[in-house]
Amino acid sequence: MARFVIRRVLVMVALLFVISLITFLLFIVALPNGNPAAMIAGRLANPAEVHLISVKYGFDKPLYIQYVKTMANIFNGSAYSYQSSFNVDQEIVAGLPATASLALGAGIIWLLTSIFVGTLAAIKAGRYTDRLLTVLSMVGVSMPPFFLGAILIYYVGYKGGIIPLGGFVPWTQGLGQWLWHLIAPWLTLSILFIGIYSRVLRSTILDTINEDFVRTARAKGLSERQVLVRHILRCSLIPIVSLWGLDFAQVIGGGAILTESVYNLHGVGYLAFQSVGHLDTVTLLSIVMLIALAVVVLGALTEIAYAFLDPRVRLQ
Amino acid sequence: MSVFPRAESELVLEATEAAELPTGAGPYKLAWRRLRRNRVALAFGVLFVVILVLCLLAPIYSHDIAHIGPDATPYTFTIGHKTEFVISATGVPIGPTWHLGAFFLGADGNNRDVAVRLLYGGRNSLEIGAVATLITMLLATICGLLAGYFRGLTDGIISRTLDVIWAYPAVLLGIVLGTVLAVHGIGPLHSTTLLSTAFVIGIVYIPYVAKPIRAQVLALREREFVDAARQQGLSHVRIMASEILPNLASTIIVFIPLMMANAILTEAGLTYLGAGVRPPNPSWGTMISDGINAIPAAFHNVLIPGIMLVLAVLSINVFGDGLRDALDPRAKIRIGKE
Repeated sequence: MARFVIRRVLVMVALLFVISLITFLLFIVALPNGNPAAMIAGRLANPAEVHLISVKYGFDKPLYIQYVKTMANIFNGSAYSYQSSFNVDQEIVAGLPATASLALGAGIIWLLTSIFVGTLAAIKAGRYTDRLLTVLSMVGVSMPPFFLGAILIYYVGYKGGIIPLGGFVPWTQGLGQWLWHLIAPWLTLSILFIGIYSRVLRSTILDTINEDFVRTARAKGLSERQVLVRHILRCSLIPIVSLWGLDFAQVIGGGAILTESVYNLHGVGYLAFQSVGHLDTVTLLSIVMLIALAVVVLGALTEIAYAFLDPRVRLQ
Repeated sequence: MSVFPRAESELVLEATEAAELPTGAGPYKLAWRRLRRNRVALAFGVLFVVILVLCLLAPIYSHDIAHIGPDATPYTFTIGHKTEFVISATGVPIGPTWHLGAFFLGADGNNRDVAVRLLYGGRNSLEIGAVATLITMLLATICGLLAGYFRGLTDGIISRTLDVIWAYPAVLLGIVLGTVLAVHGIGPLHSTTLLSTAFVIGIVYIPYVAKPIRAQVLALREREFVDAARQQGLSHVRIMASEILPNLASTIIVFIPLMMANAILTEAGLTYLGAGVRPPNPSWGTMISDGINAIPAAFHNVLIPGIMLVLAVLSINVFGDGLRDALDPRAKIRIGKE
């Protein structure tokens, strides 16, 4: 187990390195004349000013030195945005409450709802309930989050006045306000995942039903309910948990860019979107690192959850 | 290897089955039969064809029925003998008139006809979806085949490269590549063509298809018929193309609608974030994001392209689901055992 985790972490560190390098190079290639200094200096700058800036930021150095310095700055907490000159790490930390609130609430909603929906569809497989749930999950999968967000904001928020028109209120300023601002984003983000997860869970349950240990459980005289919850569901949850770990990691690292943008939640995803628009390499690099870090940590936690759910994993 | 006894029994089984059955129905014929029985999937398949045909007929609608181009910005229009303003004095564009000849689905914030743009935009969205799917499927099949067949170093290089793409969140990688191409075009890929967006989406989704194909090739290359082909002295390319590839066909067919639906959704998402299709090119994504920027005025500018997008994607998804059930008989057995 420990060796497995260590190897996984090493692979992820290597991946992080390659991803950061590619992101860095992509943006150096993309910047006008390969010189970010001209962009930072603005349109009205004279060559002397551009030169000063490029010396200050180290753009006159070779690429590999620039890369090492940028990465070192990101991990030291002394990286500054090319666009706004703010400290990047502080900006990300400022965005974390919004993103974490979105991810935690939505993550819980989509996990629990899809377990319920998927189980219900599997129990009623082939009947009308199953077909209705299948169609609904198809609609969920086919709905772009920003379209659903726009509909909720317009009809429920603007016309109905029930939800706010977007924005984020930290929980320190009142739990009620926090909840009120987050309900619509949570629902919007969850719908998509519920659609995917409930379909996966349904087919896994239908596979598991025919396993030997389920027959044994029934033969022992357990009630249908006990067989379902303790044996079938416990085993069928494994693919769901691994999907959830990866998706949750991406959302908490700022991957829910569309949802954060349409609801004007100034979280990490919104910051990522803006930094791409401004060709702000440093900020984008930091966020990509954060997402990858979240994926590593959540991946390790998922492994532990596996062992808890399926005793066979522990034996190996 | 222990595969030989099984192979023999399979051969015997096939021989007796062939003797008992009158004429053999191939797997694809069987799949088609199963698909024909799935009314819901067929209905949604027809819906998609209708949307596709409507979008292809965009120039005819624009020229002969609506008498207005997708980029025309008139200030007034006439229904019967009444002349009306396209955008009211308070700056709100007119909603659906339900008159086929004049602003059937209303106007957008730039005085343009929503119905005409909806069809032209659909052409672009579907075209991007199709080209992106083609890129994904082609490259993913090649990567999966090479990695699974040669294993070792080839597999290592291809799989690690795909891991890098995989580890990036899809939308984030999409906007990064989209922005880079927009600022610094590479050859035919630059900010004003639809090809850039299709290319970006095509690249982003390669690992999602290549990984399952690689896994399947890894299993297929151990099978007896591949051994037989190798004994015959066929070249690697020949074995991959004529022995392994036909066995991947059903997986590839199942992935096509899935990727198409995904690509159309991603186009809309990237465009909403400003890294996809750029104005003045219409697409469902540009129309929705223009509409969202104008909220709360003229919500039909969000609703109409949005509904069209959801309908198109939903129809592809439901049809694709039926296609998977038809091509993967195990799915039927699963439900049959219930």
